[in-house]
Amino acid sequence: MLDLALVPRTERSRSAPIVVPLIAVVLTLICGTLLLSLIGKSPAAVVHSFFIQPLSSLNGIGEIILKAGPLILIAQGLAIGYRANVWNIGAEGQLIVGAIAGATLAIIFETSNSVFLLPAMMLAGAAAGAAWAGIAAFLRVRFSASEILTSFMLSSVALQLLYYLVTGPLRDPMGMNFPQSIVFGSAALFDVLIPGTRSNMSIFVGLAATVLAWFFMSRTIHGFRLVVGGMAPDAARYAGYSSARAIWLSLLIGGACAGLAGVGEVAGPLGMLQRNLSPGYGYAAIIVAFLGGLNPIGIVFAALLMALLYVGGDFAVVSAGVPNASATILQGMLLVFYLAASLLFTHRIVRKSVKVAA
Amino acid sequence: MTVPLQHPKHAALQNDGLLVLDGITKAYPSVVANDGVSVAFRKGHIHAILGENGAGKSTLMKIIFGVTQPDSGTMLWKGEAVAPRGPAHARALGIGMVFQHFSLFETMTVAENISFALPLPLKELSAKIRDLGERLDLVVDPGQPVHDLSVGERQRVEIIRCLLQDPELIIMDEPTAVLPPSGIPKLFQTLRKLADDGRAIVFISHKLQEIRELCHTATIMRAGRVVATVDPTVTPESELARLMVGSAIPAPKRDSHGFGTSPALKIESLDLPAPDPFAVALRDVSLEVFPGEIVGIAGVSGNGQSELVKVISGETRLGASGAGAVRLGGEAIGSLRAGGRRARGMAFVPEDRLGRGAVPSLSLADNALLTAPARSFAPKGLVSFSKVKDLASAIIAAYDVRCGGPDALARSLSGGNLQKFIVGRETALDPKLLIVAQPTWGVDVGATAAIRQKLIDLAKKGAAVLVVSDDLDELLEITDRIHVMFRGRLSDGHRAPFDRNAIGLAMTGFIAGEERATAHA
Repeated sequence: MLDLALVPRTERSRSAPIVVPLIAVVLTLICGTLLLSLIGKSPAAVVHSFFIQPLSSLNGIGEIILKAGPLILIAQGLAIGYRANVWNIGAEGQLIVGAIAGATLAIIFETSNSVFLLPAMMLAGAAAGAAWAGIAAFLRVRFSASEILTSFMLSSVALQLLYYLVTGPLRDPMGMNFPQSIVFGSAALFDVLIPGTRSNMSIFVGLAATVLAWFFMSRTIHGFRLVVGGMAPDAARYAGYSSARAIWLSLLIGGACAGLAGVGEVAGPLGMLQRNLSPGYGYAAIIVAFLGGLNPIGIVFAALLMALLYVGGDFAVVSAGVPNASATILQGMLLVFYLAASLLFTHRIVRKSVKVAA
Repeated sequence: MTVPLQHPKHAALQNDGLLVLDGITKAYPSVVANDGVSVAFRKGHIHAILGENGAGKSTLMKIIFGVTQPDSGTMLWKGEAVAPRGPAHARALGIGMVFQHFSLFETMTVAENISFALPLPLKELSAKIRDLGERLDLVVDPGQPVHDLSVGERQRVEIIRCLLQDPELIIMDEPTAVLPPSGIPKLFQTLRKLADDGRAIVFISHKLQEIRELCHTATIMRAGRVVATVDPTVTPESELARLMVGSAIPAPKRDSHGFGTSPALKIESLDLPAPDPFAVALRDVSLEVFPGEIVGIAGVSGNGQSELVKVISGETRLGASGAGAVRLGGEAIGSLRAGGRRARGMAFVPEDRLGRGAVPSLSLADNALLTAPARSFAPKGLVSFSKVKDLASAIIAAYDVRCGGPDALARSLSGGNLQKFIVGRETALDPKLLIVAQPTWGVDVGATAAIRQKLIDLAKKGAAVLVVSDDLDELLEITDRIHVMFRGRLSDGHRAPFDRNAIGLAMTGFIAGEERATAHA
């Protein structure tokens, strides 16, 4: 019998940041396929519709880009906070509030043709998302309330706020009482990236965020202080870094990114404010941030994979007849397997040496 | 090199090898902890295992006590080959161990704690505890809850727990490290009695004086090997040190110089409630440290030293109203964060190196940046990595830090080398006031001498240095003035030439000319 043992690593592993996500992906593939074949779906058909179909049409690729954009943007913001040990899990709510702020501008300036409308919407969305996350930061700094709970609960509040607005003040007066706003004018929308698809220019916002996040975390003293605070809180206190500042910075950045992503939705594929703004981007981005090893470059690849799962899930529902929830289940599996495999960051597996009794 | 044993009293017991280890080898992934270790422990003998940190003492004891198994080698217990599979097995054989860190439940009584190891009715057990205590002069009240006991008393409980299982060989892991000086003679008395009873005692330590005073035999280990077995009563201390380190140790050089006239650090009537139930409240603490002066704070750990240090370092901040209780060069700094105090000329070497003084998973260069002034190392918020790396390289060179260079991770360094790096980093800030907590805890003898010399040199250049240490000998060696901390209060300063006994007594709450302060030692 193979006798294996876990041994703590003595130095940082170079391969683990690549091996760990790969293990998670492969295990998800195996178990996901197994699970779906248990309910009588052909594994080949499932794999085909999940992973081959989306990549074999321009439309599929456009959809992947469309969904990767907000995931990248939100995950970059969240990862900064996570490296500082600040656990913002309310990006979904920050996205909603950002979308509301952006949409409000688009509705007020319904007829505007100004090139400044879209930038103004982005600014408003980022500010609103940051402000929403700022509530959690204030509660944490002032009352030591866990930001995990408050940011999460604030998401529910944001959702109710959205429901109120789309059925009340921001509802389209000519919309026959449907809970949605007017359709935005073209000055309030992102341009299409690949003609014939829904993908749009907002993907560049995500890519710009990637470059900024990398620069901030690896080149500035503020990023360094956040990392120290996350790795060794006592060392941060010893060095005199303010933990309140780290909490504010982390949550404001995360909130601004999520709010911006919200504007990307209403000014992109939706073109209006409605009840369903996001297929859970704010939560999926948490998985993306970790799967990408909290590393700006890793996050881009993780977001593309997660987007593939979203799009593949849609295809699989139609062509392989899998349940609607399969994509969510696969996301969940991915996170669980990633967390399990992340033990390999700190430990390695060795074969036990056979001992001879003295 | 093996000096034959010639202790007259035990000459007759020479062939009475109770436990004989032969060629014990144990390798870990990065280090060979024990390399062909052979040693014999005899009945009635107190046998020292002497060595620096990392010499392999702990691994050897773990093997004897069954916590870990050797890769090769044999163990003969009373002439028969054994391989302890675990502590329970070792205890059943008759091997007992008293660990340096106690494992007692604070909320339970002495007898209740011991009942976990020896399941007897509490009444019967209490009688046994009293009986043993009287016989060996190890007095504790079996009905007293452990949280009421002093460190020395807790150690007695550990020893009693070990003895009640009637071991023939007792391993004592650095037992004096936790005791005030006044508690040590009593411990030695007990150990001698146990040896006279015919038990074998293994005494692990790196304190040469104690070993010379107490032990019949000393086995000296270095880098996993036995380098010598000698009779410590006739081997001079310098020779023991040389064997332990492998080279001669320079004693720190001091000369007299004047001190500044206005205090660099002034603490005035500081009262601070305990922040949590396990912390100590500071009561009416006043302290001054002048430029050029090295002031020591002595005391058994856990008497408020770490709370005091945090107030000075800025890790604990006082409200705006209390800011004046701590003054740096006359300026009230009590409400400033550590960064603000650093900017005003304070530097600090904390007692925990990994996780507080340094971030384990970051490189030495990044750790140099930790306390470097942002103005010059990160102008406009952008880190100048080349400057930071140069700084780290300069510290590494100046303080002889053995490491893989500025990119080596902090946690890859040995305790002593990391401490040298941190001391180097803090002194590189050219501070007006340097606070050093436990400068040489777990640091090997060679690095200890280097660090002490650096502190002396820094004071000579005009800095005020405050040293907090559990090691009274260290303070006697390098400081100009010593205050003793006891239960959150700070004594008046003792000045050189020091009265070692008076300071030792103050550490247990005695103050000369007064009745015994609060409860027991």
